[in-house]
Amino acid sequence: MSIDTATVARIASLARLKVTEAELEAMVPELNGILAWVEQLGEVDVTGIEPMTAVIENALRLRADVIGADPLTGGGIRDQVLANAPAAEHGFFGVPKVIE
Amino acid sequence: MTEITNLGVAALRDGISGGDFTAVEAAEAFNAAVAGASALNAFIVATPDHALESARKVDADRAAGKALGKMAGVPIGMKDLFATKGVQTTAASHILEGFTPEYESTVSQKLWEAGAGMLGKLNLDQFAMGSSNETSYFGNVISPWRRSDGGNTPLAPGGSSGGSSAAVAARLCPAATGTDTGGSIRQPAAFTGITGIKPTYGRCSRWGIVAFASSLDQAGPMARDVRDCAIMLEAMAGFDPKDSTSLDLPVPEWEAGLNADLKGKKVGIPREYRVDGLDADVARSWDEGIAWLKDAGAEVVDISLPHTKYALPAYYIVAPAEASSNLARYDGVRYGLRDLPDGANLQDMYAATRAAGFGAEVKRRILIGTYVLSAGFYDAYYTQAQKVRTLISHDFKNAFADVDVILAPTTPTAAFGLGEMVSDPLAMYLNDVFAVPASLAGLPAMSVPAGLNREGLPLGLQIVGRPFDEQGVLNAGLAIEQRAGFTARPGKWW
Repeated sequence: MSIDTATVARIASLARLKVTEAELEAMVPELNGILAWVEQLGEVDVTGIEPMTAVIENALRLRADVIGADPLTGGGIRDQVLANAPAAEHGFFGVPKVIE
Repeated sequence: MTEITNLGVAALRDGISGGDFTAVEAAEAFNAAVAGASALNAFIVATPDHALESARKVDADRAAGKALGKMAGVPIGMKDLFATKGVQTTAASHILEGFTPEYESTVSQKLWEAGAGMLGKLNLDQFAMGSSNETSYFGNVISPWRRSDGGNTPLAPGGSSGGSSAAVAARLCPAATGTDTGGSIRQPAAFTGITGIKPTYGRCSRWGIVAFASSLDQAGPMARDVRDCAIMLEAMAGFDPKDSTSLDLPVPEWEAGLNADLKGKKVGIPREYRVDGLDADVARSWDEGIAWLKDAGAEVVDISLPHTKYALPAYYIVAPAEASSNLARYDGVRYGLRDLPDGANLQDMYAATRAAGFGAEVKRRILIGTYVLSAGFYDAYYTQAQKVRTLISHDFKNAFADVDVILAPTTPTAAFGLGEMVSDPLAMYLNDVFAVPASLAGLPAMSVPAGLNREGLPLGLQIVGRPFDEQGVLNAGLAIEQRAGFTARPGKWW
């Protein structure tokens, strides 16, 4: 499967990456080269093989249903959460207007 | 007395606890080495005060007769992928430039609790995507090594942990943290003549490490010898409830368990790694490694890992897929860069921010990942790759029914020159051809220096072990280390 400029533009849009026309042109052969190379996986007989879900068998745990059981990941740390925001306002993350 | 900066982790720890010198003296010596090595560009920021403050605490604890930690007084370098409270953490990207975490990663916190101090944050490939440290927003790291041809071609320190490898090889720090997603500890260690181990997936908590590909990312130590790696891995590893894939197992005493006597052990030599056109020096180094392990008492047997050739293409579907998902968080809203063109709406802001903040290789992988996960292509690419990954894991399981460890080269060549590979992403990816299979299977794997090639550059040998058997890997590594007698080091030019 070979991809064209329109496909790369669509993928870039899905990935929320703004790309210029010149970047698009350069990416098409690069991505096609990589995709042509990974397509050799199609040679492998995977009949009856399950896709990998975990490399090391491990049981998922539940944490105690307690707010702030771990102070690092609990609540009540608004200012720390906002400390690195490019536009924190009134205790919230600021974004461009989304509702007219 | 030998210069303090020539000492490794064990020698520093023992020298400080034995009163030969103070932790502050050690921190000052390494701080000076870091300050004098800006030509290598190994550090994004230096943190001399952090190193000194930790050292003062260790000296005070020792004076008060308190028990000292496993890494007491050992100043280390921290790959700039680990969140460090109050210290800029960038993943070598523009999008995280200026990001100052309000929290400490579990692994770095454990190291500070063990008495280590931080010399600075080490440069790396952007978001750990690269094999030469040429994708960093903060510039290339230059390897301290040079070819013996008398030329001054700047060489790649490997990647993604290229700042870590260069800094340890240049004796700017006795040890450094690395992370390994598809070879990012082992390949740079091999390129710079140092030792590095990626433990079993889940040994080290991923909490607070900037995510690349979560099913593959694993932290580990990079140091100058096997013992130092064992000590530092003990300090880094351990169960963490904040990482859902963390292994709830006790941390073995790897240093105390070191034993280079391999009598009764079987070492597998995978025939698929002996590829056509394998570099003659790499092949010779591998043969020497086989002889050394026999000399240590091991029985050497040929094994087959039939799906080896599919590991790298599977990796280049799985890792970008996970990366495209993980990197969706960089949106210009919660942290990091924001690019808000005049009149832009929210969607425009996302796209402009990500275009301005990510480098070319990161964008390439996000696009590949987005494509292979997109509707209509998911099964053909992603599901197929995860099935092949299962087969690769089966290959190892079958081999380990018969052998205790596997020996192979770490890389197909020694270090290459900066700029020699950047124009060809696929050629660059092939650097990790021997490292990626163990990553896909979550296995412990390490690189130890084995000798020099015809150009006077280091070559590494790789040992891969069973899940949870870091001890077996370290022991085989030690047997090689004792026989390789690798003492070469780069001449100081920086």
